[in-house]
Amino acid sequence: MTMQTETAKPTRDSADARPMWQVVLVRPEVMTFALLVGAFIIASNLSPFFSDAQFILESSTYYVEYSIIALVLTLVIISGEIDLSPAAMMALSACVFAALYQAGLPIGLAMIASLATGVLMGLFNGILVVVFKLPSIIVTIGTLTLYRGLAQVLAGDRSIGKFPQWFNGIDYRLILDVPVPVIVFVIISVALAAILGTTVIGRQIYQVGTSEIASIHAGIRVRRIKLGLFVAMGVASSIGGLLTASRLASVRYDMATGGELQMVLMVMLGGTYIFGGRGSILGTFLASWLLVIIATGMTVANIAITAQLIVMGALLIISIIATNAIYARTQR
Amino acid sequence: MADAPLIAARGISKQFAGVEVLSDVDLDLMAGEIHALLGENGAGKSTFAKILAGVHRPTRGTLALNGQPVEVNNPTTAQRLGITLIHQEPISFPDMSVAENLVLGRTDSALLGRVPWAEMEQGAKDLMTQLGVRIDVTKPMRGLSIADQQMVEIARALASDSRLIIMDEPTAPLTPKEVDTLFKIARRLRDEGRTIIFISHRLEEVQALCDRATIFRDGALVDTVDVVDVTDEDIIKLMIGRPLRELIHKTGSEIGEVALEVSGLSQPGMFKNISFSVRKGEIVGLAGLVGAGRTDVARAIFGVAPAQSGTINVNGAPVTIAEPSDAIDLGLAFVPEDRAVAGIFKTLSVEHNITATVPGKIAPRGFISRGIEKALTAQSVKQLRIRLASVRQPIGELSGGNQQKAILARWLHTDPQILILDEPTRGIDIGVKAEFYDMIGKLAADGRAILLISSELPELLALCDRILVMAEGELTADLLRADATQETIMHAAVPKTGNHAQESAA
Repeated sequence: MTMQTETAKPTRDSADARPMWQVVLVRPEVMTFALLVGAFIIASNLSPFFSDAQFILESSTYYVEYSIIALVLTLVIISGEIDLSPAAMMALSACVFAALYQAGLPIGLAMIASLATGVLMGLFNGILVVVFKLPSIIVTIGTLTLYRGLAQVLAGDRSIGKFPQWFNGIDYRLILDVPVPVIVFVIISVALAAILGTTVIGRQIYQVGTSEIASIHAGIRVRRIKLGLFVAMGVASSIGGLLTASRLASVRYDMATGGELQMVLMVMLGGTYIFGGRGSILGTFLASWLLVIIATGMTVANIAITAQLIVMGALLIISIIATNAIYARTQR
Repeated sequence: MADAPLIAARGISKQFAGVEVLSDVDLDLMAGEIHALLGENGAGKSTFAKILAGVHRPTRGTLALNGQPVEVNNPTTAQRLGITLIHQEPISFPDMSVAENLVLGRTDSALLGRVPWAEMEQGAKDLMTQLGVRIDVTKPMRGLSIADQQMVEIARALASDSRLIIMDEPTAPLTPKEVDTLFKIARRLRDEGRTIIFISHRLEEVQALCDRATIFRDGALVDTVDVVDVTDEDIIKLMIGRPLRELIHKTGSEIGEVALEVSGLSQPGMFKNISFSVRKGEIVGLAGLVGAGRTDVARAIFGVAPAQSGTINVNGAPVTIAEPSDAIDLGLAFVPEDRAVAGIFKTLSVEHNITATVPGKIAPRGFISRGIEKALTAQSVKQLRIRLASVRQPIGELSGGNQQKAILARWLHTDPQILILDEPTRGIDIGVKAEFYDMIGKLAADGRAILLISSELPELLALCDRILVMAEGELTADLLRADATQETIMHAAVPKTGNHAQESAA
């Protein structure tokens, strides 16, 4: 096709492109990385343990279940939704696992049933959001209470334990000196980063989060993507629940209470934009380690649990302000 | 007219992020005149108006009001000086009543003072009487038409006794009758000695209403003319700096088989019993007033909001379109009306925007190939002459015309056989419009079927082989190009409530 040419038109058809150094450096993950380095330096001064990688890896096993779920939550938040029910999903799927095992089901089948419970819970969240078009924040506040309640009905007030010896203590199992849950975390990080960065699904997650209406008009199957993400949350939560069950060698209905906020904190600290469309797995990955170092560092430095909450809350607010400022600066 | 100007602007310049968007504007506005500001998008007219209204501060230059130098640092100061800007889509508090909206921003009462409801209501009623409009001031803003909301804004200007009222494209969302009312009121205000700045793209309105016109181009003031002395042609020449080419689509493309046929399409509350067909190589226009249901029909065909009943045939075979991906698989494409919301992914790169419709092409083996994506984008940029700094910059940084080109490019990659274009040239510079007309003509000449929804009658008359007209959710006319004139189209487009006489069998 040839078009009419002589539009000797003025310049302002677009803003100037940003210089490359800005594209690379002015992004939220850089902030996360800087915080990580800063936290590491401070923590090393507080305690010589921090120069020991083994100590950090061991400490990380207390948080890594949350970190794994936070990776999937990153995708959900980029797509413009949120899921606040994962901690409750961890508890319910772990209770299903424990109750079925106790009732005499082979442990393998009980684990599969736990994963299936995760799928069903995620599906339920997803259907309420996608089919009934309800806001996900309200839906998942509702189901977080519902799932936790069901877990309590199922498990009562007691701990269910007495799992076979091989099932317990996965956090002490090492491969190349690295605890197995940490390896799971790294593998899932790489896989999700690849999906987000190089596949059509990943691209469409960003597009849906940027503008759902434009996505629909471009033929993107928005409902399918969102439903899939909520189901993935259920599965990840179930995996997190099983890892926790193994680490603690027992299951209670109040497993991971309040964990959803830690997960949101990791995603936010990693620079993912709370309104969707922007964010990265790398950010959440770095933020997970940041949190491990801060939490462990404060414990080592004998800072009271109550004061630790203040630090976490302040971090969350700072990260949201910084992320917003960076996005406002780079995208007019 | 008084001798001394109401407002004297001298050397007004404005830079945004180092780019000069307005340079050295000298302009005198007289008391008691209606003064048009004209120019393409980005020419600087709106920026100038916003400087007068205190929304932007000039980088350089001075303003004088009645000979006294003034600084208009913010909208509140402007209000106090008697300058009011009326927005196209009025900004108001939709859940508060009209009367409450009228007194917003007035700071003459104590923070915890008693609200004088009765006085407020009476005052509001008086203003409406003064304007000669009937609006129930106790109703919430939400229920009002856009025209009535504008009236409320004008009433607000009167309430604060504004001497300069700036109307930024006030007529775009209005029906002809509402435009008439607006003009009557504008003339009355002028006769009272107030000054009105009227920003519009519609030259016929400028001719009908304004005393003088100032034309902007590329951020500079080109000329100020007395409207009676000039023709539309002269103004266009000043606006674009060259005579306007004939925009008529001349290539009589070969018209083939029926590509798209809809029959009995109905959606309660939106449209009913819509039947028509579009042939290969044919450009069919869809005219009608805003709210006639044209966009709803397009959205129904494309599967964004499928119709409750009725059938759609593509190439002679009945099809089910439950969501847009079905439509795309059938070779349909849809450029939506509201580009900012339904078209672009504002913060994503131009590249990601252009390839959004063709995931299969950019990722043949499941993983996105940077090479293919780059090549597809480069092809579009060249083919459609998209002007940009980089394909990796966010699309929101491009001008409206170039964003729209990118949206069209997105669809051309799907090689659509049927294109539905909803107001494709809205808010686009005249120069780029001409390019779009050329493109649309060529797409038809390639044998594609095109359904063109437009509110600009000259555009429809220039491009279309046939023009359908909708009014109040029904098809009221199906005119061949030879029979279509602005009059016949408007006649069919204006609602005749209770009298649906002219239903045409399509």
